[in-house]
Amino acid sequence: MAVKDAVDEAFRTEWGRVVATLIRVTGDWDLAEECASEAFASALATWPRDGVPRRPGAWLTTVARNRALDRVRSAAAESNRLRGLAPIVSEEQECAQPDDAVPDDAVPDDRLRLMFTCCHPALPLEAQVALTLRTLAGLTTPEIARAFLVPEATMAQRLVRAKRKIRNAGIPYRVPPAELLPERVAGVLGVLYLLFNKGYSRGELSTEAVRLARVLVALMPEEPEAGGLLALMLFHESRRATRVDAAGDLVTLADQDRTRWDRAMIDEAVAVLDTAFDHARPGPYQLQAAIAGCHATAVDAKSTDWQRIADLYALVARVSPSPVVELNRAVAVAEVDGPAAGLELVEALRDSLAGYHLLHATRADLLRRLNRLPEANAAYEEALALAPTEAERRFLTRRVDGLWD
Amino acid sequence: MRFLMFVVDDPDLAGTADASAVPWVEDATVKRVRLEGDRLRPVSDATTLWPKDGGGTFVSDGPFAETKEQICGYDLLECADLDEAVEVAAKHPMAKLGAIELRPVWQ
Amino acid sequence: MRYMLMITDDGAGPVESREGTLLLRPPADAVTVRVRDGRLLRTGGPFAETKEHVAGVELVECADLDEAIAIASTHPAAGRHPIEIRPFWPFEED
Repeated sequence: MAVKDAVDEAFRTEWGRVVATLIRVTGDWDLAEECASEAFASALATWPRDGVPRRPGAWLTTVARNRALDRVRSAAAESNRLRGLAPIVSEEQECAQPDDAVPDDAVPDDRLRLMFTCCHPALPLEAQVALTLRTLAGLTTPEIARAFLVPEATMAQRLVRAKRKIRNAGIPYRVPPAELLPERVAGVLGVLYLLFNKGYSRGELSTEAVRLARVLVALMPEEPEAGGLLALMLFHESRRATRVDAAGDLVTLADQDRTRWDRAMIDEAVAVLDTAFDHARPGPYQLQAAIAGCHATAVDAKSTDWQRIADLYALVARVSPSPVVELNRAVAVAEVDGPAAGLELVEALRDSLAGYHLLHATRADLLRRLNRLPEANAAYEEALALAPTEAERRFLTRRVDGLWD
Repeated sequence: MRFLMFVVDDPDLAGTADASAVPWVEDATVKRVRLEGDRLRPVSDATTLWPKDGGGTFVSDGPFAETKEQICGYDLLECADLDEAVEVAAKHPMAKLGAIELRPVWQ
Repeated sequence: MRYMLMITDDGAGPVESREGTLLLRPPADAVTVRVRDGRLLRTGGPFAETKEHVAGVELVECADLDEAIAIASTHPAAGRHPIEIRPFWPFEED
């Protein structure tokens, strides 16, 4: 494997781990990032000469750590020199060459505490997202700025302020204690899901979100909602190739070519979800994943188990009720009990979802199936007025045109 | 009578005069009108515990209200009356660079 | 670390107190002092015209922000009135 490839691969898999450990050891987020960067630069310079280490992560952590200790010691020595004091003796001893014989589980994984700290509720949500991408996924500030369509200087400021707040407000660097874990896990999952949805149309962020969700599942095997989120993401990702056609137009679930869905990803998602459900602690992400799984495992659109989907939405409504959940349930009910039954549920949501284009689109579709075409037309127009993307507008326009065929 | 003194800064006036409170603090402490006090970090480092509909709370970044002028410190005063407190407060450098709000403490 | 807990009131009803809370007289009883161009300006009322104001404060010393949040959430006013948690900025620090 070319050295550059090895370093790239090591960067993808080890950056977060190295940074997380360095923050724990030094207490300084900027120093941690700088020393991690220097370690990767060092890898690029020395691995061609010495070969790629058997355990790149251990090598990188050791080099970064030694660099950090150097800098801390010389800063302290300088400060002591200026104050006329004797040189300090550091408690942290410089590590000898990284020991390949040290087993993997002896190297602590601090990524979990890093993840919880990045997603602490005392940080603004956009800072939680940016910090997660920078420290755990290793995206550069310009890359993150581009992903969120903000100027680089804005994103840099966002990161600076977040790290400053962590320091000034005393946000602890740790995995929260048991009594706080449920709400804090929800926060982490929310950030990862936001990243996934943000990146869904363009890919890069979704890939990072899936990667981080996998890390979370590996580090928190006792938390079924993490598995639920990962499964949900994988089910969505498995359909990426068929969501839009060659012209860039939206393709509905019913019309997608299921032979082009990623079966390996679906199988992985099913396995992850089964493991999650084994904990017998269902939650909103597990339930949403189960719904996505109904679609993913149906051989064709006709074989979709809509009754199960309707039942699952009813369960979701119990744990995290919302008008959008009710709307989705109405769609499933329409498949099971007919469009009239679905429409009755949708009509009840007209006030709470008046500004939501999918309410009107769903209403229009049900009216169409009941052959109430003028009303369907009017509802499609309402949906068009609210549709957020060009692709959606084109889709809805085709539906309107198709009414009168 | 005890008064809580909120030291408030006005970003429009920042840097227009010397803000060092140390002489004021020393003087007021020696005179026993200042019992304690300190600076506070700015609102960018604030966190608020908000009530949730239906009971309970949630944590969010930021202060409870966004205002141009912001509380940046406090002192607890022991004065004979409000007039004395006003006199003491007026000598604080931030009176020139912002405002000092005096709130009587319920006994 | 030290924090000031500001128990606030936006008119949602009387603010509860407990031992350790410095309960303040209402903003109508406040006086705001400013010095401009060498002149003392003394106005009745708080420094800002907001619906919300500080009704009481607590000064806490604890390990970190999570502990400060926990202390704030046990306050009888928590869940009815917003409580702002502001870290101290000691004079010795930057």
